[in-house]
Amino acid sequence: MGVKPETDLQEKKKTDLSRRRFLLRVAETAALALGAGFAYYWAYDPKGPQSLSRRAAELEKLGTWSFPDMPAAMAVVRGEKRQQAVEAALEALGGVGKFIKRGDRVLLKVNAAFATPPELGATTHPELVEALVSLCLRAGAAEVFVADNPINNAESCMRISGIGAAAERAGARVLLPRADAFRPFTLPDAQLIRRWPVFFDPLERATKVIGVAPVKHHNRSGASMTMKNWYGLLGGRRNVFHQDINTIVTELARMIRPTLVVLDGTFVMMRNGPTGGSLSDLEKRDTLIVSTDQLAADSFGASLLGKSVDDLPYLHMAEQAGVGTTNYRALEFHELGSQSS
Amino acid sequence: MRIVIVRRISQVFFLVLLLWFCLVMTVGEEWWQLRGWPVGLLLDLDPLVAVATLLSTKTLYAGLAWSLVTIIVTLLFGRIFCGWVCPFGTLHQFFGWLGQLGRGHRARVEANRYRRAQVVKYFILLAFLGMAAWPFKGASALQIGLLDPIPFVHRSVNLALLPSVEFLTGRSLASAQRHYSGAWLIGLLFIGTLLANFYIPRFYCRILCPLGALLGLISRFSLWRIAMTAPRCTSCSLCETACEGACDPADKIRISECLMCFNCLDDVCKKKFLAYRVRESDAGEIKLPPDLGRRGVLASLATSVLAVPLLRLEGTLGTNRKPNLVRPPGSLAEEEFLERCIKCGQCMRVCPTNVLMPAGLDAGVEALWTPVLNFRIGTSGCQVNCVACGHVCPTAAIRPLSIEEKRGVGRFAERGPIRIGTAFVDHGRCLPWAMDTPCIVCEENCPTAPKAIYVREEYRPVRGGNLVVRSIDGKNLIVSGARLAPRAYATGDYFVQPAGGGTRLRIMANTVDALTVDRPVPAEALSEGTRVTIVVRLQKPYVDPDLCIGCGICEHECPVSGLRAIRVTAENESRNSSSALRLSQM
Repeated sequence: MGVKPETDLQEKKKTDLSRRRFLLRVAETAALALGAGFAYYWAYDPKGPQSLSRRAAELEKLGTWSFPDMPAAMAVVRGEKRQQAVEAALEALGGVGKFIKRGDRVLLKVNAAFATPPELGATTHPELVEALVSLCLRAGAAEVFVADNPINNAESCMRISGIGAAAERAGARVLLPRADAFRPFTLPDAQLIRRWPVFFDPLERATKVIGVAPVKHHNRSGASMTMKNWYGLLGGRRNVFHQDINTIVTELARMIRPTLVVLDGTFVMMRNGPTGGSLSDLEKRDTLIVSTDQLAADSFGASLLGKSVDDLPYLHMAEQAGVGTTNYRALEFHELGSQSS
Repeated sequence: MRIVIVRRISQVFFLVLLLWFCLVMTVGEEWWQLRGWPVGLLLDLDPLVAVATLLSTKTLYAGLAWSLVTIIVTLLFGRIFCGWVCPFGTLHQFFGWLGQLGRGHRARVEANRYRRAQVVKYFILLAFLGMAAWPFKGASALQIGLLDPIPFVHRSVNLALLPSVEFLTGRSLASAQRHYSGAWLIGLLFIGTLLANFYIPRFYCRILCPLGALLGLISRFSLWRIAMTAPRCTSCSLCETACEGACDPADKIRISECLMCFNCLDDVCKKKFLAYRVRESDAGEIKLPPDLGRRGVLASLATSVLAVPLLRLEGTLGTNRKPNLVRPPGSLAEEEFLERCIKCGQCMRVCPTNVLMPAGLDAGVEALWTPVLNFRIGTSGCQVNCVACGHVCPTAAIRPLSIEEKRGVGRFAERGPIRIGTAFVDHGRCLPWAMDTPCIVCEENCPTAPKAIYVREEYRPVRGGNLVVRSIDGKNLIVSGARLAPRAYATGDYFVQPAGGGTRLRIMANTVDALTVDRPVPAEALSEGTRVTIVVRLQKPYVDPDLCIGCGICEHECPVSGLRAIRVTAENESRNSSSALRLSQM
């Protein structure tokens, strides 16, 4: 394409260096050079990275949901109906109103670890979830939520275990372990729970925490009961803690000071735990424990598996750490006979 | 109402329907999640899926019979599917429209003129159908899913678009963000085909789409068609400014290329030279592209004849079978699987744990984008009580199993559960096996009953644990011989015992030179001067190949975070008896 003469003239004019244009050009160049200088100065890092990761730990505090001034108490109820058993146990402890006040927001930490049906006993039984949610709401709780960070896929676990449906039927909400629900936490004086992601969202909302777990055989730790149940509040690659299972269970029990724990021994998984998978792994024990002392509950629970307190090192370690007592008979202890309708 | 408005409503409806079906394939309690929606409807309506799998398997699987509706509609009205239904076509039309914005009359006519390259799609169709029809060494190669627009768009939405949007917005439909290995390529091709519309509108539809080619071949027989009402018109070329099919409506119409967009009828032709009618055009018709002669057909078929052995030279169907090609439960034997899988990604989207991935090229070119399990990704291996993948598979490459059949209970008890592979313990990486460290997370998580992973107990002397007892006081032992790391043996897993064996005492606490055990030291067990050893109680995991189903939950949970210490490979999978480990399983 040919260049028109007038464009040529304009070009020439533009390239003529008047004083005004010269100063403008100098100012422009200087401003850019200065800008680059400032940008460099602002970003300058003479030492380089001082650690291997930028990720700083945010430390969060966890509350206490127990009543430290209330004498520890425990009720053991024999019976095959979970709903009646848990109602009777709470009645024996002074009524649910003693623990759940009007306006409370209650977290039911269930064991929903596996996507297996309730009959197999690997997860908290939905009847028990429904009964507890109803009891809390009747006692005036503003809100009840059910949560766990299961091993299997969370949605599948909540659905197949029947816990999700039971919770919603009774008026509770299910909180799923979404990635943004976790925050790093360090337990004071802990060896293991240090800057570890904890399922913080439900804990943060709760004014009361109730742990609800079945009694299960667990090859590594000996037994999975209410203390081991808090494992489901950990995130991250939590399985590394199996290297030191007794310490992690002890630290979990120190981390969560619950309002109550409910230990379900209606059917006990005697072998092949904690997954089970067959009805033949279960034995009928018709026993349900409600306690303000999780260690006492688990110490009693060990007997349902045919184990003594000495067989489970974490029980002694937890006692030393001040979690509670293994000598449950020293507590305000209620033992109720068969509950039938 | 104007016909093009109706067409647009139809297009938007089917596009929304596609997105909706992909979206609802999410496990959960919400009403919009997985509630019997016919999520495979569009795939079922796709006659290319039906015809190609009919050629490769000689059967027409279940829902694919719906595609007869599409064929009949095409025989009656022409390529209504392309212009009114196909969601991929709708996207192309939209992007083509964007590309033409602000362009003048001449540019638009130029964009929508017929191009010789439009014959390419027929060659693609013939080559793919040839591959599907030819049972080379007993197995034909179904590759139609690479370019068939319905699987293409499902794959793109399922594996690239939806997960990217979830990632971008931080709001996942499931509780965990979904990941798909190799999804970048799927997404890039999707974007690429959309951007191609800026070059030529409906680039994919006109030039590449094998389904369009198939419907084009059918539509030459269609009853109703676009036709000129006179031998010649004023040649104003207004109709060509918006012709989606680039089918020369104002000349001898290329009837196979017409997408039934009806843009040319829509008040464009002022003199009403164009009509939709049964009688053929007064200006005459071109039934098929002139380049699609005998030579073209033969060349396409010859290509397919060569392509199949070429694809198989890697030997991935034989001795070079990839051990990590673990297929979802219910998958047919590999050859039969590949005769059916159309790479639509439905199984990968529905999988609640996100363990199903599109295979990359390492499993063989033929297996590209077919479902394979990756136990590192996802929330927890293959769920024992889940059979979702087989129930959304449109072609039964993954058979729809019942839970009963998958688990091998009830009337399937004798045959046992469906195995997709077997777990192997890597003794060099496993903490109890190699590093004197208790673990057995794999055993804990093994979901079979009885557990396929079992343990053998061993009390193994620890490194630097040979000591001599200096004094004994109740539960406390003062020892010498090594400096002990404080608290290192206080986990409940360590014991002290006489060096030659004997009573083991559990260590509850230790300092550099003292041990506290769990009960008063019995006098007959230890005394001052006894040589003792600290031993660790280890439970070493083993896998019982008769019980292992290959679910991979162990691999997912293994705390050795890099290359896992227990890994599932395809050995012993039910669908392939030659992969059996033991004679009893063959």
